[in-house]
Amino acid sequence: MNRFVLPVIIFLLLAGVLYVGVVHSPDKSTMVSALLGKPAPAFELRMLGDPARGTFSSQRFAGRPWVLNVWGTWCAACRDEHPVLLDIAKQNRLPIVGLDWRDDDEDAMRWLTQLGNPYTVVVVDSEGRTAIDFGVYGAPETFFIDAEGVVQYRHVGAMTMEVWEREFVGRIPHSVSP
Amino acid sequence: MIPELGHFALILALVLTAAQAVFGLAGAHRRDDRWQAAVRPAVAGQFVLTSTAIGALVWSFVNFDFSVLYVASNSNSALPTFYRVAALWGAHEGSLLLWAWILSLWTLAVAVFSRNLPPTFASRVMGVLGIVSFGFLLFALVTSNPFERIIPSPADGRDLNPVLQDPALAIHPPLLYTGYVGFAVAYAFACAAMLEGKLDQTWARWTRPWTTIAWCFLSVGIALGSWWAYYELGWGGYWFWDPVENASFMPWLAGTALIHSLAVTEKRGLFKSWTLLLAILAFSLSLLGTFLVRSGVLVSVHSFAADPARGKFILWSLVVMIGGALTLYSLRAHTLKSNAGFEGTSRDAFLLYNNILLVIATVVVFIGTLAPLVNDALGMGSISIGQGWFTSIFPWIALGLVGLVAVGIHAAWKRGRLGESSRRIWLSLAIGLVLGAIVVYGAYGPGKWLSLVGIIFGLWLIASSLFDPIDRWRRKLTLSRAIVGMTIAHVGLGVCVIAISTVESYTVERDVALGPGETLALGRYAYRFEKIDPVEGPNYDGVRAQVTVLRDGQPVTVLYPEKRNYWVQRSTMTEAGIESRWNMDLFAALGEDLGAGRWSVRAQLRPLIDYVWLAAGLMALGGGIAASDRRYRLKNEATETAPAPNTAGAT
Repeated sequence: MNRFVLPVIIFLLLAGVLYVGVVHSPDKSTMVSALLGKPAPAFELRMLGDPARGTFSSQRFAGRPWVLNVWGTWCAACRDEHPVLLDIAKQNRLPIVGLDWRDDDEDAMRWLTQLGNPYTVVVVDSEGRTAIDFGVYGAPETFFIDAEGVVQYRHVGAMTMEVWEREFVGRIPHSVSP
Repeated sequence: MIPELGHFALILALVLTAAQAVFGLAGAHRRDDRWQAAVRPAVAGQFVLTSTAIGALVWSFVNFDFSVLYVASNSNSALPTFYRVAALWGAHEGSLLLWAWILSLWTLAVAVFSRNLPPTFASRVMGVLGIVSFGFLLFALVTSNPFERIIPSPADGRDLNPVLQDPALAIHPPLLYTGYVGFAVAYAFACAAMLEGKLDQTWARWTRPWTTIAWCFLSVGIALGSWWAYYELGWGGYWFWDPVENASFMPWLAGTALIHSLAVTEKRGLFKSWTLLLAILAFSLSLLGTFLVRSGVLVSVHSFAADPARGKFILWSLVVMIGGALTLYSLRAHTLKSNAGFEGTSRDAFLLYNNILLVIATVVVFIGTLAPLVNDALGMGSISIGQGWFTSIFPWIALGLVGLVAVGIHAAWKRGRLGESSRRIWLSLAIGLVLGAIVVYGAYGPGKWLSLVGIIFGLWLIASSLFDPIDRWRRKLTLSRAIVGMTIAHVGLGVCVIAISTVESYTVERDVALGPGETLALGRYAYRFEKIDPVEGPNYDGVRAQVTVLRDGQPVTVLYPEKRNYWVQRSTMTEAGIESRWNMDLFAALGEDLGAGRWSVRAQLRPLIDYVWLAAGLMALGGGIAASDRRYRLKNEATETAPAPNTAGAT
């Protein structure tokens, strides 16, 4: 085999990867999580902004359903999803906890001032430890955690209104009022 | 009726591209003059027909024909005429049509300017271009017909994406596509040469001006896109390492490598197989860019509709065009032998190092762009890679390149002794050091040390590039356009490095809440938030702030940042208020309404930022001048000075 065959081989390998990417791209949002039906990992993290604001514990919403949204200012898809989150926040149905993942505090503050803040609370996961506990592969990801603290749903990729209505709102027990 | 005419023209054009491919390639293979003679008329016909199709779609936009689905999806009765024309490339279907039309324009140019080339070679070039056109037209007709009707027709359209309603963005796609598609010509020349089996220096000479011109368009297109992102997205940045930006940057990097490699192949007959590979690579990356943007496999701020059927189709065309060319390469490249050697500090060697760095840069961008996709394909979910990947690697590559250019342009072909040139290199480095120190500590004060190095290297490169032309001019020697063009482009690179280094280190940036009458101090400058007024445009309403900029307490200008709500798509757009001065931009953008008349305001002072785009303009200008050099315009007898036995008397 001569070395001039290498380019075509590399190209064909790449084409194979691209093919898998194309074929599988539609179902990436239905990715299952090992955590489904299991208790959400507990965490206690610093809140974004003034250090005096202290920490936030995942126990705070015990007894009511809530949403965890993993994001970062470095993530292009998060920018896409942001207006949807703002609309969702306006509905005021569930508390949304923003997990600012491996990010710069100043960038994150600027992002929220500039684009608006949909989060009930934003916690900082600068080392990505909590994200690992949740099995996050990439931002953005959104989790639905029920009143018992159990992960009921995981959405990978940018949130859309359709997914929100179908998968998140549908899981809110009717007795719960915001 | 008119849209059907356009559709029909597109179908006929498809048939003609098939004829162009068959007659071009088979005609050359069979040495059949009559078959080859059919190629140019097919090219001309294809151009007329795709122009008809474009015209029909423009007509539908201008005349509000909302029964055409594409028009209804991308325009609105309140949209100004200029944007109704630009809406043509506002989404996938029209962009594809534009792609095909620009390709037919390039092919026409090849048909006109290839009369001095050996007939079989020209015929093969057009044949290969015919295959590319055929693929794209088939793609348009099968998966993305822009003339599809919607019955019953809606009363009004859904409007053009507000992001695209901007003059710079309206002309950015055509320029970018012209660059992308132009690399198809270099690719076709490479394929034709491999089919012909004559891979000598003349091939490189014929390819050079085409490649350079395509590269110029791509440079300007990328710069316009970056400029648009700067003032329209409202974040004040100029490059985001977004997948769509990267998709245009990769062919640019590969194209830059190709231009330089072609120079070596033409002058010295070296790197032949490498140059061929780069020609295929540059176009492959253009196609890949189209694939990435159009198939929706990558999530991006530019997000376009995702459709797996389209993705698959583009992927198959990639396999045919790139896979085919690379297979041909694997069969032919081993016959190429370089008959000359060179020393490690000769110009040949420096150009080789430059090529290596540029290819590394391409690979870095490639990995950063495709890693999320590969991750996805392996079932590990979609991710975004941080900018850190790019920003931690790229400055080093850029500095390495600049250093190589500053030294390498003084090296002689083949021979390795820098000897008498080393004085110039040291002198220009000294100029760079002194000027850099003066500029940095005089005007800006201490900043990031990497920026200091960048500024010094940029100045070094400029000084170094100007040595030879100034010397020739003083000795009243002729200055060829090739040298003038090269010098301008290299000065452009120096300017670009200086500008980016300065912006990265000395930008002053604040995000604050301001109410009427409140002032924000930014060094010697201050921003006074005067008031906020409602505004109304043809298809939007919004608010406009008045911000007075003061320097040492004296008002210097007034900025009017806007926030617009586009009615139909209900999206909010930021229009930054910017005043460009010779040494910096005064920038203000509106954030959120905080209530009680207070707004979050992003205020920035960005030194030298306009020079980033000016630099791209210089590079493009340099390329344009170099491509118009005499030796490309002369007939064959004059081109025989280089050893080219195969083509002597071929015309």
